[in-house]
Amino acid sequence: MDTYGLLREFADSWALVALTLIFLGVVFWAWRPGSTRLHEDAAKSIFRNDTKPAGDAGRGLSRAPARGQKEA
Amino acid sequence: MWDYLKLIVLGVVAVFAAIASNYAHDLAYQVNAIVVMLAAGLTFLWTLRTMGEPKTANAGEYMDGVVRAGVIATAFWGVVGFLVGVVIAFQLAFPALNFEWSQGILNFGRLRPLHTSAVIFAFGGNALIMSAFYIVQRTSAVRLWGGNLAWFVFWGWQVMIVLAATSYVLGGTQGKEYAETVWYIDWWIVVVWVGFLAVFMGTLFKRKEPHIYVANWFLLSMILTVAMLHIGNNLQIPVSVFSSQSVPLFSGVQDAMVQWWYGHNAVGFFLTAGFLGMMYYFVPKQAERPVFSYKLSIIHFWALIFLYIWAGPHHLHYTALPDWASTLGMVFSVILWMPSWGGMINGLMTLSGAWDKLRTDPIIRMMVVSVGFYGMSTFEGPMMSIKAVNSLSHYTDWTIGHVHSGALGWNGMITFGALYFLVPRLWNRERLYSLSLVSWHFWLATIGIVLYASAMWVTGIMEGLMWREVDANGFLVNAFADTVAAKFPMYVVRGLGGVMFLAGAIIMCYNLWMTVRAQPARAGAGSAVPAE
Repeated sequence: MDTYGLLREFADSWALVALTLIFLGVVFWAWRPGSTRLHEDAAKSIFRNDTKPAGDAGRGLSRAPARGQKEA
Repeated sequence: MWDYLKLIVLGVVAVFAAIASNYAHDLAYQVNAIVVMLAAGLTFLWTLRTMGEPKTANAGEYMDGVVRAGVIATAFWGVVGFLVGVVIAFQLAFPALNFEWSQGILNFGRLRPLHTSAVIFAFGGNALIMSAFYIVQRTSAVRLWGGNLAWFVFWGWQVMIVLAATSYVLGGTQGKEYAETVWYIDWWIVVVWVGFLAVFMGTLFKRKEPHIYVANWFLLSMILTVAMLHIGNNLQIPVSVFSSQSVPLFSGVQDAMVQWWYGHNAVGFFLTAGFLGMMYYFVPKQAERPVFSYKLSIIHFWALIFLYIWAGPHHLHYTALPDWASTLGMVFSVILWMPSWGGMINGLMTLSGAWDKLRTDPIIRMMVVSVGFYGMSTFEGPMMSIKAVNSLSHYTDWTIGHVHSGALGWNGMITFGALYFLVPRLWNRERLYSLSLVSWHFWLATIGIVLYASAMWVTGIMEGLMWREVDANGFLVNAFADTVAAKFPMYVVRGLGGVMFLAGAIIMCYNLWMTVRAQPARAGAGSAVPAE
């Protein structure tokens, strides 16, 4: 079979199935149990570190400013 | 050591450009070579003069100097691009404005790519680069990676704009829509763009936030995909190293398909994904509320990525392109409607519980109208990609109206909102100079877009119907010139809409200028503007 036909056959079958499954996997991953807390934290991350880079305290969710504390 | 290497490279480039301008086969190449020589020479001098100075980069501060420069460049190129747009709109309405003395330089054919590139790549490109630099620092909580590489990206992009502009008006073009830049500018774009990618990725790699905020996903997909599209669509072999002419690797319908694979995804990733990154950061920030649904934003992202890349063939309905390919493009365009509206709803609903801000805050009003236009043009686009509709709309002004409701409404308005958001923060001012001027800008721009889009609907559908009208014997009723004559009133209205949009942008520039000049610095802010 010529290269075009081979690639075409592959694209129409396995690649199509694989990409569809990856997409569905991504959707399910977004809705996995326990993701809501992480997503809420991520959505609020834009309200931290507005004026200055974070210190060397390292990574972690605990660095979120306490409730009521407002960024300048 | 590093500085010596820079001096050698810059010197070689300047000398080669000087030689090249002497051997140039065409005027566009010659002028470009002189521009390169000047740019390399000036950078050489600057590097030489600043060689001994100690280089300090304060990791405790964000690198905002380059973002400030980007804000200025965005506003400047915006006004230039809109101005050229107004000029060519009136050239279409009044052909006498294609003056005899400027034939071959300032006529419509030469100015049109200047307008499209100025608004997309100069205004839009600078807006994307500066917001990417701003957003990735704040959401990663670290200073930009790569030191002065960010400045190289900024200045490299401005050099690209000047090269492209001088090349277009003197006849340098590849004849590909939105990819007119000739081969050596294409290569330069790759160099600058790889620098952009490196700065962005480097900053993400050293981030202190555990999660990469979704705006960065959109921005990164924009950088990566645009690199791929740009290289794919510009596979050209130069005729000579001293000429701007080149020969494409593909030909015929393959070339057309590659061109519109590029063209539509330039819309999809440059003007949509990138600006969605801006939306997902600036709208929640200005509304002071987190995005409506973070899960929806993830689905929005992946759906857009998986679908957009297939939509290009809808630009080639009823051409030599095989039927299956154009049907594929149509189907994917229609499916794209869903994630687009998911994203629009996500942006709008971010305001839920804070709708009163629409009355009090003209900046949020601007952003909301922008998201509204995103929704409108992502409904109009899929509709126009349906073959039956396309048989009426294709090659008519309806397409131009559609593009402008997206570009002026969505890209323009979200960028204006971002500029109003950024200037007081970047220059450490308490507030904008005048909110009522923002309102003036808002109404001028909105009414301008409505005039523009509605004029183009009327004239587009009218000329589409006139082209297909046949008499009882099957002869065409209208000559092409008849449709041109019938379009005159709509062309004048379109030009006026453009004048209003331009006036709004000039008001914005005045307002931003006065914000920096006349507003008091923010009191009590511990970190003053870093001296960069």
